[in-house]
Amino acid sequence: MSGKPRLIYLNGRGRMEPVRWLLAAAGVEFEEIFLETREQYEKLIRDGVLMFQQVPMVEIDGMKMVQTRAILSYIAGKYNLYGKDLKERALIDMYVEGITDLMQMILMFPFSTPEAKEKNIDSIKERATNRYFPVFEKVLKQHGQDFLVGNKFSWADVQLIEAILAVEEKIPAVLSGFPQLQAFKKRMSNMPTIKKFLQPGSPRKPPPDEHYVETVLKVFKK
Amino acid sequence: MAGKPKLYYFDGRGKMESIRWLLAAAGVEFEEEFLETREQYEKLLQDGSLLFQQVPMVEIDGMNMVQSRAIASYIAAKYKLYGKDLKERALIDLYVGGTDDLMGFILIFPFLSAEDKEKQRIFIVEKATSRYFPAYEKVLKDHGQDFLVGNNFSWADVHLLEAILMVEEKKSDVLTGFPQLQAFKARISSIPTIKKFLQPGSQRKPVPDDKYVETVRRVLCMYYDMKAN
Repeated sequence: MSGKPRLIYLNGRGRMEPVRWLLAAAGVEFEEIFLETREQYEKLIRDGVLMFQQVPMVEIDGMKMVQTRAILSYIAGKYNLYGKDLKERALIDMYVEGITDLMQMILMFPFSTPEAKEKNIDSIKERATNRYFPVFEKVLKQHGQDFLVGNKFSWADVQLIEAILAVEEKIPAVLSGFPQLQAFKKRMSNMPTIKKFLQPGSPRKPPPDEHYVETVLKVFKK
Repeated sequence: MAGKPKLYYFDGRGKMESIRWLLAAAGVEFEEEFLETREQYEKLLQDGSLLFQQVPMVEIDGMNMVQSRAIASYIAAKYKLYGKDLKERALIDLYVGGTDDLMGFILIFPFLSAEDKEKQRIFIVEKATSRYFPAYEKVLKDHGQDFLVGNNFSWADVHLLEAILMVEEKKSDVLTGFPQLQAFKARISSIPTIKKFLQPGSQRKPVPDDKYVETVRRVLCMYYDMKAN
């Protein structure tokens, strides 16, 4: 029952990547099982281990957890990345939810048609620079602290650095005009656990490619 | 700063309804300000009250909270509807995630064309009866307790009842074949705070109609072209 958490997902970012980031940031080693065929997925369903017949699924502390948000909240709570009280947790939740809305656009991007791709990049850029990044720029500027909430490293910081790097992959200069976020990005990237995760050979997954998209469609075909 | 929570949203269910349910279940009185015009919304934007320029927004304990999941988590924890420890909280989050996904299919329903509405109705009922209801039926059957988690009333129970009633509005006999859920529905509906919320005159909102859809589109200048799942 004890032992490393075990992640069950495809061999790619998708909805599991934030979980990889958070475990890595917390310095927690984990194992992964990669779904490559429909048969593997159907077996998981027959075995009754996917409560809503969906992945991500994470085996952790004797539980077979599904629902990404539930998994992340549990990990954040367990490893003290969730603030010191209810109000700090509320702030972390608000920030994480906002960032997740932005990440949703990136999540869906590989599945858009070639014609829609350019429009979608523009939408991501617009949302990042007009709605989400200004909020965190302002938060950091106003309190002048290193971390988003309570002067302490939290889930919100991990989620934000992940989002910044993901958006930069699509729009390399997106942080121009956001000096606080540039400094934040540098600070977070230098934290030992995150620095390690950003190095080659870590469990971090590369940007989704055609092979990943094909695998998703093959495994989950309706 | 103390005082009732104040909800900013349209006069309709949308993403605020789960929060109304939760506050009501906890026995907490709340005020509401209804968005009817684009000007009201623009004023909220200018005032800087909407962190990501969106509603729902709830003024509570000196915070302008946004993001419905964050708001509901805060309320659940504050009013002791979030389990007794991390593992119970994990289960509650898990169950709420499922009912959230199910209610998400219903959320877009009013904005669909008549043809897409029929497709979506079938989709909702299919997902409810093949994916979600069986999962919760099993949870209740396996532990034989009155509530989903930890033998104690929690957010997960409120959310599941809300989801059941919403699906029943699309197909009234949808709980046939789910005896545990039928008993659950009867039990949770008779909890005094919930019973009160289910009575006419409460702050529970009716099934969204065309007027609601027009208001949302007018105020947000969005959601003109929604498609079925």
